[in-house]
Amino acid sequence: MTKTSHRVWKYGDKVNTDVIFPGKYTYTISQDPAALARHALEDLDPSFAANARPGDVILAGRNWGNGSSREQAVTCLLAAGVHAVIAASFARIYYRNAINSGLLVIECPPVVESVETGDLIEIDLETTQIYHAGQTYEFPPLPQQVLDILDAGGIIPYLQANSIRDGE
Amino acid sequence: MTMTLTEKLLTRASGHSSVKPGDIVVVEPDVVLSHDNSAAIWEIFQQLPQGQIKHPDRLAITLDHAVPPPTAKHAQNHAQIRQLVQAQGISNFYEVGRGICHQVLCEEGVVGPGLCLLGADSHSPHCGWLGAFGAGIGRSEVAALWATGELWLRVPDTIRILLTGKLRQGVTTKDLTIQLIGQLSSDGATYMAVEFAGAGISSLSPDARAVLTNMMAEMGAKNACMVPDAVTWDWLDQSLARTRPQDSEERLAYFRESALYPDADAAYALEHHIQLNEIEPMVSCPHTVDNVKALSSIEHTRVDVGFIGTCTNGRLEDIASAAEIVRGKRLQRRLVVIPASSMVLRDAVEAGHVATLLDAGATIGTPGCGPCMGNHMGVLAPGEVCISSANRNFRGRMGQRDAEIYLANPAVVAASCVAGYLVHPSEVTGGE
Repeated sequence: MTKTSHRVWKYGDKVNTDVIFPGKYTYTISQDPAALARHALEDLDPSFAANARPGDVILAGRNWGNGSSREQAVTCLLAAGVHAVIAASFARIYYRNAINSGLLVIECPPVVESVETGDLIEIDLETTQIYHAGQTYEFPPLPQQVLDILDAGGIIPYLQANSIRDGE
Repeated sequence: MTMTLTEKLLTRASGHSSVKPGDIVVVEPDVVLSHDNSAAIWEIFQQLPQGQIKHPDRLAITLDHAVPPPTAKHAQNHAQIRQLVQAQGISNFYEVGRGICHQVLCEEGVVGPGLCLLGADSHSPHCGWLGAFGAGIGRSEVAALWATGELWLRVPDTIRILLTGKLRQGVTTKDLTIQLIGQLSSDGATYMAVEFAGAGISSLSPDARAVLTNMMAEMGAKNACMVPDAVTWDWLDQSLARTRPQDSEERLAYFRESALYPDADAAYALEHHIQLNEIEPMVSCPHTVDNVKALSSIEHTRVDVGFIGTCTNGRLEDIASAAEIVRGKRLQRRLVVIPASSMVLRDAVEAGHVATLLDAGATIGTPGCGPCMGNHMGVLAPGEVCISSANRNFRGRMGQRDAEIYLANPAVVAASCVAGYLVHPSEVTGGE
């Protein structure tokens, strides 16, 4: 794998799942990508849904995705074409949901401080580095099983491809 | 090796002889919780090769998030869930009006001391007040869990919170949790377990204890727990006798056997001491739970509507405290009261609290989550200010991004609806 290049949307600390995908839609919108994408970040940044482009990445501060366990807070970003969320830290359930839905999540506090909305960054998953404006930022390598799940596109396609444990 | 309560619980759930923080363990949860999201989980599940749910008896499905259904789409969602329940033979199914999953599963003895619950809901740590392990996960993981019966978890470090003393009149465990979340921030316990301990717990009622473990979701905790004591066993004894008279004694005996306790010299990553008598009424201000102020510093802030309910503060004690405040008074503001379960509602009717609330001008909703996450039954208008006993005040949470939500204990909510502005309960009761 080589470096991939991405345009940045930058947000602050403690962005919660209610502003990423409002709770009022959770039992009427579940898998329709167009509907999910239309409401992505609705109560955080009303300009996002109309202007996001495939391959964009979100950079955010501490505790991205705190609050509800709703998976649409991940899948709405995938539906909007978001390639990855890079944050100083993630809320626990969001982190699991992201991997299980096939959204790349990277914890890398230093890069979050130096990048702004509209900047271009490059991500190299093999060397676990992010490049921006001549600077290189390291992030901790993801465990192989996590990479396998991400490669498969999430836990469901992963389980489809890998018949589940011991010949069951 | 010595273990915290959470380590003991994950030892049992994983079948290992011991675990330590950082270990990745595969657990077989005793209970897999889902609610109105069960139809969506079923859709995901059907993409898996298994076809059959591995342990249908371990599933527990409660219709609570939008009940009764506010739209035809919500009704269709419920209908799909009923089909799934029937086709897969799910016996732990609780219909519209029974109450909120976290409350109902405790009342019904589906979860109890020593057990492990994984739930498609972020307030799944709730059941930890009974001495259980409870953690929230997402829909896809629940689908995988339905198929395989197991899931990997990382054993978390534990924060121990030692409580001493006794809460003052008008102060509740809600105030304690709001203060704690203000101090430690919304990520103060991310990836960690919280264990409540100390002599102060014995003075806390079951209703008050559940607030502690429930609200730790707002501090990012993976799970929160405390050991069962005489108060816990009494509550279980009484609840099970009501909800499952046919086997309440066997169930209680099972819980006594499965109950777990931390080792006296277990290692905690962090420890906080809280003097209960030093706590004062606290408020989470818009738009985050950790934007915390003392009630006394923001008194007289205008409110338009109040909400008492949710898995956090919709129990009998909460409704009783509200009734006490409004007795013989006329509310200046709308107050929506939604009991956490049908059992709570029944008890509140019997105790006369519902009549007291209605006489004052409050309205009562069907047991369930109500307007907490903006589905129905009291969503806000632009510019409105809500004082709520719920657990989240994020922008848009109650259905309207241009509204403001303050979180407080139920007595403060009731008093503020009497006054029309944020106020200490003693100011409207004329007490103290």
